Amino acid sequence: MTNTVIQVQDLSKRYVLGASGSTDGLRHVIHDLVMAPFRRLKGGVNEVNGIGRNGEAPKEKSFLALDGVSFEIQQGEVVGIIGRNGAGKSTLLKILSRITEPTTGRVQIRGRVASLLEVGTGFHPELTGRENIFLNGAILGMTRAEIKKKFDEIVAFAEVDKFLDTPVKRYSSGMYVRLAFAVAAHLEPEILVVDEVLAVGDAQFQKKCLGKMTEVAQGGRTVLFVSHQLPSVRALCSKVIWMDRGKVRQVGLPEKVIGDYLGETLSLTQAESIRKNGCVLESAVISDPKESSASALEAGKPWQVCVRYSLEEDLQTGVTLRISTIQGVVIVDVHECIRGGNVRRAGKYETTFDLSNVKLAPGSYLLSVNLMVHHGPLHLIADPYARFEVVGTLPGFNGTHWPYDIGGFLYAEPSVKTTALERFQPVV
Amino acid sequence: MQTLVIEAGRAEKNYWRDLFNYRELFFILAWRDVTVRYKQTTAGAAWAIIQPMMSILIMTLIFGKLAGLHSAAPYAIMVSAGMLPWTFFSNSLSLSSQSVVNNANLISKIYFPRLIVPTSSVVVSFVDFLVACTILAVLMVWYHFWPTWRLVALPALMALAIAAALGPGFILTALTVRYRDFRIIIPFIVQFGIYACGVPFDNNLVHKHLGDGWYFVYSLNPMVGVIDGFRWAILGGAAGIYWPTFGLSIVLTLILLYIGIRYFRKTERLFADVI
Repeated sequence: MTNTVIQVQDLSKRYVLGASGSTDGLRHVIHDLVMAPFRRLKGGVNEVNGIGRNGEAPKEKSFLALDGVSFEIQQGEVVGIIGRNGAGKSTLLKILSRITEPTTGRVQIRGRVASLLEVGTGFHPELTGRENIFLNGAILGMTRAEIKKKFDEIVAFAEVDKFLDTPVKRYSSGMYVRLAFAVAAHLEPEILVVDEVLAVGDAQFQKKCLGKMTEVAQGGRTVLFVSHQLPSVRALCSKVIWMDRGKVRQVGLPEKVIGDYLGETLSLTQAESIRKNGCVLESAVISDPKESSASALEAGKPWQVCVRYSLEEDLQTGVTLRISTIQGVVIVDVHECIRGGNVRRAGKYETTFDLSNVKLAPGSYLLSVNLMVHHGPLHLIADPYARFEVVGTLPGFNGTHWPYDIGGFLYAEPSVKTTALERFQPVV
Repeated sequence: MQTLVIEAGRAEKNYWRDLFNYRELFFILAWRDVTVRYKQTTAGAAWAIIQPMMSILIMTLIFGKLAGLHSAAPYAIMVSAGMLPWTFFSNSLSLSSQSVVNNANLISKIYFPRLIVPTSSVVVSFVDFLVACTILAVLMVWYHFWPTWRLVALPALMALAIAAALGPGFILTALTVRYRDFRIIIPFIVQFGIYACGVPFDNNLVHKHLGDGWYFVYSLNPMVGVIDGFRWAILGGAAGIYWPTFGLSIVLTLILLYIGIRYFRKTERLFADVI
């Protein structure tokens, strides 16, 4: 495995903040051109709207979307890039796809690259399905001959054969996405760069996409894949790059990197303290009581939430937790039951909720913390306080099944028993 | 296996080879623009005829009949010989300057040599031009005005017109990406330019009035040369051409084309960031 196909060395990308707002109109440029000599006379400042004389942006008005990123990818590797929003994942993909240029650094790529930063790029609503297949194919880098050869396959995959000669503006959104993905799926580059495209469409469609991605990955092609959906990263990738604030934080095997990433996401819940109405919420830590090190929660294992807060005055209050899905559907509310008359003295408190009997399915959840009295005044709301992940697979499903097939938020270990009630004899 | 190096400010040596490699995309984008242009219109491609025809009609009435300006050839033919290349030029300018902004979704998601986009909108204007040429053909039959051997020069003149449209087109495209003000400025340029290029009247008349010196200044507009050339080729013996200013037009067109490509290439790296 010495066949390096992508080599990234010390890559940085600087964006100038506010530039698009303040210097976008021609008027500003003309104004600046006219005013520039006067400004120089005044104080010798040669910066115009945050842009220096030589076109370099001064440091305080710009930020580094990528900051000295280096890594290597070998032939046939499927690499996942994870990280929080704004970590620089998309900027990295844009540079690798040659859409934008790096500020410094160097990338060397061996092989034909196709990038899929969006499904259906360049689809034209006025054109028919057939015409759009050719258009989109050409945009993605296929030759006309290639598209012709795969045309029937694409149509079959998209299941739109009846509507081939209908303008796509009359398509349902489902048909539109299917057709768009079908074209992309039949791309055969040596290196495939994919951004969060799997986040579109319904569960059925996502499953199809993931299936196709697995096929591509197993075909020995090099894939670079950005996603927030950790289960699919874990299932597809042989290597994971964790990016954090424009830097490469960690590169390694999926289990290890995703574990550490989730661990940090969890421990981040202690980062901020919230003050309101004389209450200070210092931290709420989600953890597995048996494991000392902060790592991800695993489905079906015991877990607890430990809330620390202080009261600046005597107050009648207690802690309430709410667990909800990312979409905001409440799964459960738990209260520390405080009836009227039970006043807490000013001081520091720690309340621990053992939630081992609340079993969550793998996925992302939100935790909200409130200080309030049951049926009484609400002193402090932190909604949501933190996002956390539960990892693992559901019982009875091994690695070959996608956890996406299963709906719901609950992790259940039912005892299942099947009895034969009657046997039907074959008709002679 | 091809090796690609991405670096800051790297003047890509293989840009022109890339442009060639992406020719299929160029054709398909041009085809898309042509197909889409008159979709869901009842008159369809007839619009390419109706618009210049109305202008030709009005100008013939005002300048030929009312003002009684002189022309050796039938006035309508003289006007249309100027109107057709001018319509091509102004359409190219308006379409290409909007092209990159209109294709923002492509620019921000896919790499390709950006020169393809404005160039493909010039193709659209060219197709419109070919359609509109029927006006000229009909007029010639109507007036029994037969072209001379000079018509052979038309393809070369068309090439000059394309070059004249591409140069300023590239500059305006790049500027529009950055400064949307040009969206408003361009229609104004187009409106004004029709007179500045002498579409409604014979440039020989202008030449006589202005004298050699000022006509030279007038001809700094490359489209003057293109239109003079078209009239020379179409009107045959009925049109004169002043070769020194025509030569000037060719030189200026090439200089503008060069500057246009240079400026476009210089700014296109930033398109995805500023669009």
